[in-house]
Amino acid sequence: MTSWLESTARERVAGLLDAGSFTEFVPPEARLTSPHLAQLNQPAAFDDGVAVGRGMLNDEPVLIAAQEGAFMGGAVGEVHGAKITGLLERALAERIPVLLLLESGGVRLHEANAGLIAVSEIMRAILALRGAGVPVIVLNGGRVGVFGGMGIATCLCDLLIMSEDARLGLSGPEVIETTMGVEEFDAADRALVWRVTGGKNRAIMGEAVLVADDIAAFRAAIRLDPVPLDVEAEHALLGARLDRFGGMEDALDIWADLGIENPARVPLLDTDAFHAAIRGKTA
Amino acid sequence: MERLEYEFDGGAPVAPRNRPTLTGVLGSGNLEVLVEPADLGGRVRVEVQTAAVGFGAIWQAVLSDVFARWQVGDIRVSINDAGATPAVVALRLDQALSDHTGGGA
Repeated sequence: MTSWLESTARERVAGLLDAGSFTEFVPPEARLTSPHLAQLNQPAAFDDGVAVGRGMLNDEPVLIAAQEGAFMGGAVGEVHGAKITGLLERALAERIPVLLLLESGGVRLHEANAGLIAVSEIMRAILALRGAGVPVIVLNGGRVGVFGGMGIATCLCDLLIMSEDARLGLSGPEVIETTMGVEEFDAADRALVWRVTGGKNRAIMGEAVLVADDIAAFRAAIRLDPVPLDVEAEHALLGARLDRFGGMEDALDIWADLGIENPARVPLLDTDAFHAAIRGKTA
Repeated sequence: MERLEYEFDGGAPVAPRNRPTLTGVLGSGNLEVLVEPADLGGRVRVEVQTAAVGFGAIWQAVLSDVFARWQVGDIRVSINDAGATPAVVALRLDQALSDHTGGGA
């Protein structure tokens, strides 16, 4: 077993794909680094925090991008975003499924509008793939989780695979606390943060497939089949969810409302016991 | 930010067909090391971009120690550093040179 959480982006790529099959596009030796960080006199990574390329998964061709959470929290700068968008556009041209190994706080604030535009281009490219029936799969198991614009982008994809260590959200916990007050959300309460944004709640809400923190478990959960996109149905589902759960204060209340037994124990369950506990009781 | 450059006499040239290798991550207190074959007449060239200004003499000492242990030549080593300590730098370079040479010098 190899921990996804403990691995770097490049180790995840190597562990996920068929051995030795990864070919990188715009590799580190191309030195395509961030011009914005250079202007700010900040260290810039050779790959701008993301590795993109092609490889094989069970002898099927895939395109793959992996964000490195340890470099600036996986934040999306201009070059970083362009690498992902270019990969997605290539997937559309060649009709090859895409694996996005995401770990990101969202837009890289140092790059301001260039970062915002980069994220919106990623979203547009994902939607083009959805429209064309080319699957885009997100694998989210890193320490940073996936937030901000990349959180939105994740929700546009066909399939989301998460570990319980991972998180998914729009505004991060600290952002919510800073803007709305600690009474709204206590970012120092790690149990609360994970109950709300963590992989287990996302699985209960029907948004993610939960797997153990193991690269092989992520690999085994990948399905390269496109999921038809029905925007009207999605809006109706989200509206109904808001009506049912919108007034609740904590994920524990949602879990109890869904009929999950002993909700307070859910965070303690291992992956198999968790799946048994929530079977037939997801939103 | 400070840019530093060093050269060492080197030893046995690495195979010029070795693929470039990237080792480590440019995280806080950490560094990434890109090792590439280069026709340098058997020498080693090291380029450092570091967020910590004023530590050139310590880089010289750490790198001298590393390339006394690693008798390799004809390589270009490019480092991006975000304030790694000397011990972390030495360990990461050992890992990078091991990755690049396939475990042996």
